[in-house]
Amino acid sequence: MSAPALVMAAEVQFTLPSVNYYAIAPILILFGAAVVSVLVEAFVPRGGRRPTQLVLVIGAIVAALVVTVDLRGTRLITGEGAIAVDGPTLVLWGALLVVGLLATFLMAERSVDPLGDAFAPRASALPGSEDEQQFTKRGFLQTEVWPFLLFALTGMLVFAAANDFLLMFVALEVMSLPLYLLAGMARRRRLLSQEAALKYFLLGAFSSAFFLYGAALLYGYSGSVNFVILSETLAAKPGEGTLVAVGVALVMVGLLFKIAAVPFHQWTPDVYQGAPTPVTAFMAATVKIAAFAAMLRLLYVSLGGLRWDWTPMLWIIAGLTMVIGSVLAITQTDIKRMLAYSSIAQAGFILIGVVAASPEGLASSIFYLIAYAFTTIGTFAVVSMVRNASGEATSLSAWVGLGKKSPVIAAVFSLFLLSLAGIPLTSGFVGKFAVFSAGIASGAAWLVVVGVIASIIAAFFYVRVIVLMYFSEPTEDTASVVIPSTFTTIALTAATVMTIALGVFPQWLLDIVEQAGVFVR
Amino acid sequence: MNPSNYIILSAVLFSIGAIGVLVRRNAIVVFMSVELMLNAANLAFVAFARMNGNLDGQTVAFFVMVVAAAEVVVGLAIIVTIFRTRRSASIDEPNLLKY
Repeated sequence: MSAPALVMAAEVQFTLPSVNYYAIAPILILFGAAVVSVLVEAFVPRGGRRPTQLVLVIGAIVAALVVTVDLRGTRLITGEGAIAVDGPTLVLWGALLVVGLLATFLMAERSVDPLGDAFAPRASALPGSEDEQQFTKRGFLQTEVWPFLLFALTGMLVFAAANDFLLMFVALEVMSLPLYLLAGMARRRRLLSQEAALKYFLLGAFSSAFFLYGAALLYGYSGSVNFVILSETLAAKPGEGTLVAVGVALVMVGLLFKIAAVPFHQWTPDVYQGAPTPVTAFMAATVKIAAFAAMLRLLYVSLGGLRWDWTPMLWIIAGLTMVIGSVLAITQTDIKRMLAYSSIAQAGFILIGVVAASPEGLASSIFYLIAYAFTTIGTFAVVSMVRNASGEATSLSAWVGLGKKSPVIAAVFSLFLLSLAGIPLTSGFVGKFAVFSAGIASGAAWLVVVGVIASIIAAFFYVRVIVLMYFSEPTEDTASVVIPSTFTTIALTAATVMTIALGVFPQWLLDIVEQAGVFVR
Repeated sequence: MNPSNYIILSAVLFSIGAIGVLVRRNAIVVFMSVELMLNAANLAFVAFARMNGNLDGQTVAFFVMVVAAAEVVVGLAIIVTIFRTRRSASIDEPNLLKY
């Protein structure tokens, strides 16, 4: 061990890392805006905070989106190999920003709840206490959600572009920590919300510790945290199986937790149900995109050479995720929990594209993610509008006969459910078709058969909600649909248009994801 | 001393942390067990840095410490809020969300 010791003792030359700042400008814009947003909380008087924050958040997301579009065609690795900006990254950045913008609109909504917006006026106040009633009576609004939103979105962008384990871990935490807090901020049903935050936090921290330990083992093997160097080391010295196998397994635990794959899915229904609905919409859509982006890059760039070792494992996980997610969704009586189990099943379908380990697999996964994200934003937008006196009516019994009371909203919700079920002429069908073809092309035909069976099981509970809404008379318990402000209307319209557009004319997005090509290495 | 002993120590610490998360019932203790797992990973990073003869692992350890500190802030905020509501930090009691 004397040689390494000598290297350590020798004078270490530090050179300034070269960073292409324009290529990572979307990240910098969002991060800068997040910091300013914290300062706004500190210095702007209470009354002016909400408009200031809204202008800041929407402006930052739009600016980042403009830069992302301008960066198209970029294909480089910058920051001494830490961050990769290439076709898939840019497409996923664009998707994250657009979906993040729609989620911003949902979070800004304050017409559907007579008490204000979806967030507790002061999350630290004791539920039901005198303090809380005072805050509610004076009409205070929680504006600290906006810096959280921006920090979470920054973390997601970095997560999708991270090309080494250090940056990926930091991005994982920057993305997750604000979400843990946002989950605990619901205005109504405070106990459920706090419980969701606690569960999400403890399990999330647990899983990221696994990720980190796996990264440590892979660093020990390759001598670098960089993905490209890891793949070169794997090609140069095969045979040191144990360290790599354990390392990859532990890292994958962290990532599979974030996408909510079975057996790491237990947190999902609790958190989706307890969190404020706009936050559920935000994290259901964007965390899935970011975590799949990170997983795709890790598997395709650094572990591509080990494909035959990790595909069998992921086949089993994909199969279990689809079947267990679909079966458990049938037994749910709460619409948010049902959608949570549906999102678990959807993660399984996307995994079929991931395990294909081919350019088609990559393109189809990205298409599916984008289609799924828009539909998800739409479903939760509808959930936030269906209310009774005590707030959102999430129990399925409150949705009986909704089609007779509010035909338009029921029709839009049915469209989203049909898309999630994968019925033709909706975006979900094109996505499922793409991942299933990629799966068959990669030789996993049996997995596709499992996928089709799971789709049929899933169609049952999606269609059951449609039947509930249309083929029963409204009862006394049936909730009513609250007319929202422009914010939710825009988000809902955009989600509807995208769900139909990607189902009827999917070619433009298929072209974009195909031209995006493969990951840079 | 052989650096691989440190790797074994870090694996032992990581396992103690993971078992602690699974068997302990107090949210604070569960959280401390998670911190133990993160620090076990730090020890592995530093030991591997020594074995590999480069500084990457030590750099990672610094970042992990900062992240762990941020996680403490967020985690204790959530745990304290739950404690104030329920007068208990037991993770068996918040059981409203199920099935």
